[in-house]
Amino acid sequence: MAVTLTEKAARQVQKHLNARGSGLGLRVAVKTSGCSGLAYALEFVDQSQPEDQAFESFGVKVVVDPKSLAYLEGTELDYVREGLTEGFKFNNPNVKNQCGCGESFNV
Amino acid sequence: MLLQISEPGAKPSARPRRLAVGIDLGTTHSLVAIVQDDRPIVLEDWQGRVLLPSVVHYHADRRVEVGYEAGAWQSDDPENTFISIKRYMGRGRGDVPERQGIPYRYADTSGMVQFETRAGRVSPVEVSAEILKALRERAVRALGSELDGAVITVPAYFDEAQRQATKDAAKLAGLEVFRLLNEPTAAAVAYGLDQGAEGVYAVYDLGGGTFDISILKLTRGVFEVLSTNGDPALGGDDFDHAIYDWLLQDTGIPAPAAGDARRLLAAARAAKERLSEQARTRVTVPLSNGSTVERTLTCETFEALTEALVKRTLAPVRKALRDADLAIGEIKGVVLVGGATRMPCIRKAVAEFFGQAPLSDLDPDRVVAIGAALQANVLAGNRAGDDWLLLDVIPLSLGIETMGGLAEKIIPRNATLPVARAQEFTTWKDGQTAMSIHVVQGERELVSECRSLARFELRGIPPLVAGAARVRVTFQVDADGLLSVSAMEQTSGIEAKIEVKPSYGLNDGDIARMIEDSYRHAQDDIAARRLGEQKVEAARLIEATEAALAADGALLSEDERSVIRRHVEALREVAEGSDWEAIKRASDALNDASTEFAGRRMDYSIKTALTGQKLEELQV
Repeated sequence: MAVTLTEKAARQVQKHLNARGSGLGLRVAVKTSGCSGLAYALEFVDQSQPEDQAFESFGVKVVVDPKSLAYLEGTELDYVREGLTEGFKFNNPNVKNQCGCGESFNV
Repeated sequence: MLLQISEPGAKPSARPRRLAVGIDLGTTHSLVAIVQDDRPIVLEDWQGRVLLPSVVHYHADRRVEVGYEAGAWQSDDPENTFISIKRYMGRGRGDVPERQGIPYRYADTSGMVQFETRAGRVSPVEVSAEILKALRERAVRALGSELDGAVITVPAYFDEAQRQATKDAAKLAGLEVFRLLNEPTAAAVAYGLDQGAEGVYAVYDLGGGTFDISILKLTRGVFEVLSTNGDPALGGDDFDHAIYDWLLQDTGIPAPAAGDARRLLAAARAAKERLSEQARTRVTVPLSNGSTVERTLTCETFEALTEALVKRTLAPVRKALRDADLAIGEIKGVVLVGGATRMPCIRKAVAEFFGQAPLSDLDPDRVVAIGAALQANVLAGNRAGDDWLLLDVIPLSLGIETMGGLAEKIIPRNATLPVARAQEFTTWKDGQTAMSIHVVQGERELVSECRSLARFELRGIPPLVAGAARVRVTFQVDADGLLSVSAMEQTSGIEAKIEVKPSYGLNDGDIARMIEDSYRHAQDDIAARRLGEQKVEAARLIEATEAALAADGALLSEDERSVIRRHVEALREVAEGSDWEAIKRASDALNDASTEFAGRRMDYSIKTALTGQKLEELQV
């Protein structure tokens, strides 16, 4: 199992990386916050850590630390438009429910 | 919610540092700790003492004293001086064992116990709130500012009612509770973070009034509780009482006055503490009648007196290991928590049982408060970027009652918290518009053998044929172990929910007994479930057949109808009995007998549906 990007998401990440001019790829992580316990975080990767797990989707490197991976196993990251905003959306099979605002979730 | 990519290391928002304390609300002592400059500090009172005796004394003018000042009244005013109040949290009168030397006057109430004092009636929640208030004031004085919140620890075996009572006490004391945390888990946090060691650990926590054993797995900063067990009515107090009972027996005092009982008990406790350092000690207690009790207590005598108590702690340890499916050899280390683990007899027994010397680098009195402070610091958001996650488990499976008195488990025992699980159920009868949801806790297949937690009804289900409504029942247990259940009919969106706050819940004895019963009765339970399911199936079949006969009976000849009716009656008769195979045979027979009828109904309804329709309208 892994953490993957859809082709659309991968294109977006690549675009952001090109615009930024540097970076190894995308870091996907889970942090404790929000009203229901856990929240996602997305960051550029300048330096990967030795314990990190790396995956590749459509030529983009995705980096996940082992703690977060426990919560993200099998997650697919999509890039979607919802109303007026566009952004990354997590399709995480481990999520049992979410808080109303969708910022946080639990497994 | 959609996310954008941020720069590495960037904090989502720069928040001011929030003041959050960790509180160990103990049976005999309570402590408060905070993290300052990334180091946990246990806060002292103005005399430099960290332990606050969990003692509350009520004066006639409603003035309240807490701690050492209150403790001074133990002998002279025992009726209005509460010690070990934690034993009564969320407990009904019937849950509390009667014991000599307890002088409180119970108020005549149902639900949680209350006591009559000269300052009026008080509940254990109010008494605990006084202790929490004293700790809050200590923290405010030390930090020079009001607190944002607190993490309060509770024994792993505290049930819903006891957890709720603890939260209520905090509210009364003006504290916002970020989270209730299991005491052994807090201890693991304190040890795990300080030493960064991975592996499976046992936390042996013998406090003043409670015993907890937890099996924890530490991996890469993730704390997972594999299993918990314990005895909420076993602790250092019992060792004091063992000495106390010995003193009474040895001196032939029949039943001492309340004041004398306190003095004897205090002397017993002091002697126990001295025996952790000495081989023998002298016990001297002046009595109210002018005489004096004088005895010498040796380590050997003490160990003989308390051997049974020490053994009582090992039974839950075995159960916890069994639940976690681990052998003793797989335990990498044993953490000692609680002042009572200073006793050499405990250390010896633990070392012998696990085949290794237990860890005791941290002060066993402080370790829980330190862990709570570390957790509070994280929850307050003061440690962004380096978060660690904490997982706890529920002690018994949670589920609902289904047709036939069967318990359908929705959240299994030892599921990690917080957890939410949902399952879909449907209506059982045509046109059914309400559904009764009965929430139960336990390991058995039959509802009657489980503990009933709550009942509520979902009304307003649209009338549909049996099996068409889709009712999603969601169980959610938050990080504090509090349960809420909701039911929602999917097609109409109507919803009903309940928060489970029983007046008082299961004690550990119940839990242990229920788990043992589930093993012992596994075979009976399977048979009972099979019979129950078969009966439900039979009733459903009869219901459906009769509905069909009433609607479309005209499609059959008189002979055909009577054959089906005979099978219905035959099934109805055996379904009363308890032979599941006979019920199954009769059900199968009815099914066979009505196959032809079902076919004709199908043809007929298609014909009716198509009558008057033009062919082109049907071609979609």
